[in-house]
Amino acid sequence: MPAWVAILRGLGPRQITLRVGAPIIALVIALVITMILLRAAGVDPFNAMTSMIDYGTTSSSVVEILNRATGYYLSAIAVAIGFRMALFNIGVDGQYRMAAMLAAVLGGAVALPAPLGQILVIVAAMLVGGAWAAIAGLLKVTRGVSEVISTIMLNAIATGLIAYLLNPARLAEVRPGSNNVATPPIPESGQVPGFELAGGTVFGLIVLAVAVGIAFHVVINRTRFGYDLRISGLSLTAARASGVDSRRMIVTTMALSGVVAGLVGMPELLGASYQYSLNFPAGLGFTGIAIALLGRNNPFGIGLAALLFSFLDQSSDVLQLNDVPKEIVLVMQGTVVLTVVIVYELVRRFEIRLQQRAVAAELAAGHVIAGEKPAGGPE
Amino acid sequence: MPHDEGEPAVRLTSITKRFPGVVANRDVNITVRRGEVHALCGENGAGKSTLMKILYGMQRPDEGAIEVDGAEVTFHTPADAIARGIGMVHQHFMLADNLTVLENVVLGAEKLHGIGAAAGRKIKEIATQYGFDIEPNRLVEELGVGDRQRVEILKVLYRGARILILDEPTAVLVPQEVDELFGNLRDLKAEGLTVLFISHKLDEVLSIADRITVIRRGETVATVNAAEVTSRRLAELMVGSELPSPETRESTVTGDEQFSVSGLTVRSPEGRAIVDDVSFAIHLGEIVGIAGVEGNGQGELIEAIIGMRPVTAGTVRFAGADITQWSTRRRREAGIAYIPEDRQRHGLVLDRPLWENRMLGHQTRPPNARGPWIDRRGARADTTRIVKEYDVRTPGIDVLAAALSGGNQQKLIVGREMTGNPRLLIAAHPTRGIDVGAQAAIWEHLRKARADGLAVLLVSADLEELIGMSDTLHVILRGRLVATVDVTDVTPEELGSAMTGAEPADGATAGDTA
Repeated sequence: MPAWVAILRGLGPRQITLRVGAPIIALVIALVITMILLRAAGVDPFNAMTSMIDYGTTSSSVVEILNRATGYYLSAIAVAIGFRMALFNIGVDGQYRMAAMLAAVLGGAVALPAPLGQILVIVAAMLVGGAWAAIAGLLKVTRGVSEVISTIMLNAIATGLIAYLLNPARLAEVRPGSNNVATPPIPESGQVPGFELAGGTVFGLIVLAVAVGIAFHVVINRTRFGYDLRISGLSLTAARASGVDSRRMIVTTMALSGVVAGLVGMPELLGASYQYSLNFPAGLGFTGIAIALLGRNNPFGIGLAALLFSFLDQSSDVLQLNDVPKEIVLVMQGTVVLTVVIVYELVRRFEIRLQQRAVAAELAAGHVIAGEKPAGGPE
Repeated sequence: MPHDEGEPAVRLTSITKRFPGVVANRDVNITVRRGEVHALCGENGAGKSTLMKILYGMQRPDEGAIEVDGAEVTFHTPADAIARGIGMVHQHFMLADNLTVLENVVLGAEKLHGIGAAAGRKIKEIATQYGFDIEPNRLVEELGVGDRQRVEILKVLYRGARILILDEPTAVLVPQEVDELFGNLRDLKAEGLTVLFISHKLDEVLSIADRITVIRRGETVATVNAAEVTSRRLAELMVGSELPSPETRESTVTGDEQFSVSGLTVRSPEGRAIVDDVSFAIHLGEIVGIAGVEGNGQGELIEAIIGMRPVTAGTVRFAGADITQWSTRRRREAGIAYIPEDRQRHGLVLDRPLWENRMLGHQTRPPNARGPWIDRRGARADTTRIVKEYDVRTPGIDVLAAALSGGNQQKLIVGREMTGNPRLLIAAHPTRGIDVGAQAAIWEHLRKARADGLAVLLVSADLEELIGMSDTLHVILRGRLVATVDVTDVTPEELGSAMTGAEPADGATAGDTA
């Protein structure tokens, strides 16, 4: 079968076209809906958009967008690991905050020479995140507790635990001259220097985020473990029949998701704040869910989605100057996620129908496999 | 049909229904007289359910006509069928436990008599008319299985049905409840209602039905009067008496015992023995068949053997080792191949391409894996080989498994499981629901593997397949192996009787005793 026929019949490159086309269609629909909303709010939508784009592309904004996207990206990868096995890890938020706080305490207490200190803090964060998430996995396989419920609960417990520990009487200290409470600062030898870009500083650990994305891709698509994980997500029954120990798989996947979640706070901790304080960014775990959905659990797609969300966050500041409530950006993000979910499902059904038609056509033609006619086959 | 007095309640003429790669119903003709209990009888997978779904408007026939009360009708949805007075009671109850009987009955039919006192009166009226002893205000969760079934029937009657379809209604009932149900059905009949009763239990069919239509492989074999037929004759009609002459092939059975189970017992979470003290052995080059009516423990037996279901007692031995505690993966790596009963749930990942499905169950071994890594090139090349050798009809190995027809999906699974030097093959219904050509090909592969010294466990509902393929044939009934038959001179009638629990041979038929 020549390539162009394959494309017409919905095989090969056509799939890639759909894969790229689907999010673009979803984004366009979301954009149109947002513009209608802006219009309804009495704002000139085109004007608002132009000012957002103008502001979002200034050099200081770009640095800010990249830094924010780094945390988003790691968070979304953590969520995506669970998603690929049909596990809904809503607890990334609690996992990364627990990890960041305890790792910050460790980093502030132990001073080690250059690479060791950073590695220690990062590994500690991964372990804490993984352990916190593994609780949900263990509860699921031993007690049948839905991971959705347990991770939400663990978020609440993490919040309480952090509030308890982040206290001058325990792991934290009061900063003189302010009422902020923070862990002891990490010494300079334990910090990760950033890259200078357009007058700003990009987190050095953006490299780590990229590495995690590549590792995610390789593990999921190229290893036996990733294969087991993916088929478990698509059909738990088929996975079990093929020899996957589904209970162990659930705990491992949850823990792995938590390990990556533990990294979410690291770029900020080691690249900017050097301490875990009351001001440490929270809520990245929830944004990560939306970004993972938008990015289709694909490391490259998640990268683009993280940049988009980060851009929207950053450029929302300018909306207030134009008398537009910046919350419209939240509406926009929500609309994007909704349209994406709907469009993807429609595209998936369309794809299957195309393939079935292609298979039927092959059957009718009596082909056995692409490009081959069996000698003496029917017709 | 020879009988033709008055207008029949339902007449199905030349109904044909095709699914990709398989014909579910072929030229089916059935006439159901008004006021009779008409049984539809046949093996699992014979096409009974499809036919009833067509009559109930859940599926549309590709060819043929449906007549209700003499008028030709076309049903697009079950609502159309209900409007013509056809109601269906499904095998699995569709009731809300936390609602009352009344609320369950009016749910979705609020327009008829409201949801209040008027509806309650109507329900009482129906219950009295047909002799149902049901209190409308009781919660469904307080009711037993028999009462729940009556609620289901009540739901259908409330919507004005004059023709009732009951899909395997006795499957969930204990014997006393079956008697009660039959009492209700006789009352319904006395009130002039028509009942279509689907079952494969011969004694029950003979006891309740006026006439019986037998379906086999999607075709109507015969319609007989219940009074004039024995259960042996019925079994013969169901499984077909024109068997292919037993294979004149030399036995390849060796003396080497490859696999055995002894005293194997599997209990349900409630403690009921689903597989009960089962023992048998398979030698190299031997095909051991397990015959039984669906739901008698064969599925659980296989799951226990492959390691997916915990064993309560007994041992499983394979190639000289006790593998009772082994994981599924270890068993598969040791050379146990598995063709699962439900290919879509256990055999394939429908949303993945063929080459990834080729790895399923073999993902730890060459050519699919190299150390911890997936060997994409190896897996893809071997998938192409399987597609060619096993004649899987597909435009390529990158199409999703969901896009293939059932027969081609099965050929892929068979090819996959035959690869990698298996030492034991567990084949559950390997040719169910696939077209005749694919069926013959799969049989041929099984024979070849057997000749090469493979040990095979074959579970099937197709008696021809079992008799034609097996060297040794066990019959399973309620989780126990109740008989071992000699495949060289067993008749399908004898086998059918043993499977359905009817007394074998010797004139006395189960139907007379009911």
